[in-house]
Amino acid sequence: MKRYNPPSVADHPPFSHAAYRSTVKRSPAFDAILVPQTISEITGPGPAVSALAEDDADLTTNAHTGSAAIGERSILTGRVLDENGAPVAGMLVEIWQADASGRYAHPREKDFPAPRDPNFVGHGACKTDGAGVYRFTTVKPGPYPWGNHDNAWRPAHVHFSVLGPALVTRLVTQMYFPGDPLLSLDPIFHAVPEPARGRLVAAYDHSVTMPNWALGYRFDIVLAGVEETPTEEAGTWRH
Amino acid sequence: MASLKQTPSQTVGPYYAMRLFAPDQNRLVPVSAPGRIRVEGCVLDADGVPMEDALVEIWQANAHGRFRHPDDPRVDVPLTPGFVGFGRAPVDLETRRFWFETTKPGRVLAPDGSSQAPHLSLVVQGRGMLRPSFTRLYFADETTANAADFVLVRVPEARRHTLLAHLVSSDGAPTYRFDIRFQGNDETVFFVFD
Repeated sequence: MKRYNPPSVADHPPFSHAAYRSTVKRSPAFDAILVPQTISEITGPGPAVSALAEDDADLTTNAHTGSAAIGERSILTGRVLDENGAPVAGMLVEIWQADASGRYAHPREKDFPAPRDPNFVGHGACKTDGAGVYRFTTVKPGPYPWGNHDNAWRPAHVHFSVLGPALVTRLVTQMYFPGDPLLSLDPIFHAVPEPARGRLVAAYDHSVTMPNWALGYRFDIVLAGVEETPTEEAGTWRH
Repeated sequence: MASLKQTPSQTVGPYYAMRLFAPDQNRLVPVSAPGRIRVEGCVLDADGVPMEDALVEIWQANAHGRFRHPDDPRVDVPLTPGFVGFGRAPVDLETRRFWFETTKPGRVLAPDGSSQAPHLSLVVQGRGMLRPSFTRLYFADETTANAADFVLVRVPEARRHTLLAHLVSSDGAPTYRFDIRFQGNDETVFFVFD
């Protein structure tokens, strides 16, 4: 039977990180119980859910208002791979984000005096191709204030969700933009062990940038991989 | 040896429902499905306060014990047309409960060849959670199967009750209650599947 590599403390943040205040009362106190993976964990919803999903990868137009979203038009692309470097093909990648002013199209969004973009719904979906590549067109999200500490602002970020091939490959993360001065002040980003933080920051890629159209950013996503020596097909999904 | 490093986890934040919930994603079966059950509960923080912005995802086998997944080798066990076995149940802003409707899963094999007790796999996320928490829901009325379950027997006996859903209503679809608790003596057992 397959076995997926379990999450490592070197790669992931702890459950509780005092500087991100709401983790303190929302984290487990007992250690997790180690249990061998069974068929319930090496299977998962990713393949079936992806097969049913449709691409909705242009966030600048998917409000369907007839007007484009306002902001720095940006292309976000990258590969979804497993730890062995094998592409995770045909897999649904879902994103959500604030608009260019830092406003979320959510009914309970924190209010602050910045204009909402009525032509931006702020979420999308894209299935990876055979090489594991996804590609979104969106606008760069704005930073926004939050209540964690005095004068707290989240750096610009895009939320990414990938189910992956198995239950235990579930990943939700946030992609940040290079050179953002707010990164050095952000407790959510800083909860990640320092050597791993850079994996959450996209690279500006001029070869992705399109003339007269949009800036290009590259962000690869690496999911837990199977422990066994990879073969050509390992970690790859075919329908 | 892995050649790449895993992408670190980050919180889903308070606004995940913009993308990670669509109407009926917590209904795994139609209302007319035979054997339909309802599962509901709260996600409670260290003060016992029900969270208003947690997300529970479930994954399960169908009533025959078959997963809709290419790595389930039991091709002799039938799939159920239209049944994926995946659900997303956000906490309702008003009631502060999550709920989903599904069918009780059948039994699936454990690595040692035994049959696992019927269970749902749960992934709990939310604002203030930097990583997902994995747990399982078992049915309190499956006493015999639970006593021999491959995973439950690895849980200290005094904590097993935190993984049991109890039948609270039989009007209409049988309804099971399952609360998820962070911290305290009755903290839900969470797993790392190694």
